[in-house]
Amino acid sequence: MELLTHERAFRSRADKTASGYRIALPSSRWGTQYVGTVTYLSGTPGAGPRTELDTASSEPLHPAAREVLLAALDQGYADPRRLHHPGRSARLLLDNARAVVAETLGVRTDEVSFTGSGTEAVHRGLLGLLRGSRRGRQVAHSPVEHAAVRHAVAWGGEPVEVPCDRAGRVHADDLTRAALAPEVGVVALQTANHEVGTVQPVGEVEPPDGVPLFTDACASMGRLPLPGGWAAAAGSAHKWGGPAGVGVLLVRKGARWRNPFPGDDRVDERVAGFENVPGALAAAAALQAVVAEREDVSARQRLLVDRIRAAVAEIPDTEVVGDPVDRLPHLVTCSFLYVDGEALVHALDRHGFGVASGSACAASTLEPSAVLAAMGVLTHGNVRVSLGRDTTEAEVDRFLAVLPGVVRDLRAEVGL
Amino acid sequence: MVSVDLELDCRAMRCPMPVIELARRLEEVPVGGTIGVVATDVAARVDVPAWCRMREQEYVGEDVAADGVPVFVVRRLR
Repeated sequence: MELLTHERAFRSRADKTASGYRIALPSSRWGTQYVGTVTYLSGTPGAGPRTELDTASSEPLHPAAREVLLAALDQGYADPRRLHHPGRSARLLLDNARAVVAETLGVRTDEVSFTGSGTEAVHRGLLGLLRGSRRGRQVAHSPVEHAAVRHAVAWGGEPVEVPCDRAGRVHADDLTRAALAPEVGVVALQTANHEVGTVQPVGEVEPPDGVPLFTDACASMGRLPLPGGWAAAAGSAHKWGGPAGVGVLLVRKGARWRNPFPGDDRVDERVAGFENVPGALAAAAALQAVVAEREDVSARQRLLVDRIRAAVAEIPDTEVVGDPVDRLPHLVTCSFLYVDGEALVHALDRHGFGVASGSACAASTLEPSAVLAAMGVLTHGNVRVSLGRDTTEAEVDRFLAVLPGVVRDLRAEVGL
Repeated sequence: MVSVDLELDCRAMRCPMPVIELARRLEEVPVGGTIGVVATDVAARVDVPAWCRMREQEYVGEDVAADGVPVFVVRRLR
């Protein structure tokens, strides 16, 4: 059966309906069989060029990963536990992916596991340490952890929140002190914040013996070197230019980690289910490429973010949040007084810019961002701008030319 | 609840409307006067104090209205 991979294929085999295309697959027994409807985004995206400034949500596939992914789809489809040729081929690719990730991150090969997502890596990493801990079931963590961490703690333990400062940074001493309580079994601290970019002092936390540290490195993996001091860590491939559906779980050799979920009899005892060999290999290829070009790309991104921070600060009644220096290279977050975050995202989208927002009105939960709230900074009128590896100075300048007018117009609508 | 010079009923409003209402009506109280923002919107708990910091006004604290809705009290400093 031919795979329907591009629009032309859709057109040739599908009937256009009011809401999209009805997908038809040929069947030898039944003739043409309708199996579903694909709905496309309605409306036109606007005349001018588009610039996507939301790579912190998901980075487009790195060219190095695309090539590898396509090749691995053919060569890595088989069950890597089987002894026949395609099985051995898949196993070879999986081992290769693991070795590349280990080398790129500076860890041991047997410390690397591939999961189905960054969230799954967080769940397994954190809850596995909690299960292995001989102390209590409390988890001392920052108030600015990703929802994946907060949900894992709520599910399998009890939260002990340690406050952060206005920049979103937790003080290492506060976490160290919280970890002394005998009920605390694990400490969790992200490497860098996913919403405001602030880097956390992971390597400076000194929990007592028997209290391991889990670090959620999903926002930073590939972009910053890993910190020290952790027993388990998590990463997410689509955030560094790998494919979606691949997470990386790192468990230090010798760490007391116990599988928190049902086991499986497959290649890697830390995870379960059939291995996504093509995805893992493409994720490894992207990580290797991103780390190889990191020095150049992050230096360029840092300058562009500095430029955005300075220009946005010129707009009246605006707060640029997060640490201005010790931060992720590609990301900046700001809030504009009296502006509706959802309206701001839509207005910028009409001008051809894709950005994210932590404002309540732009969230599925209708709750303001827990990160911004914990920092005590304005939650409405919030946008997060995150640059791609090839975002240009001209694109940033075009964004900065449009933004003040968009903010002014939205404020004028409410008479401010 | 503490008495304020002006009470703004923002019960049905979603963010950023309570803060917009606060900014619009600030000058209805004299410098030194207080405004109570009565808001059900959860973002107001963060955004009213943030507004005070950004606009150099004083955030007095949180109180509760007779119907249990939070009241965020602000003092006009300028």
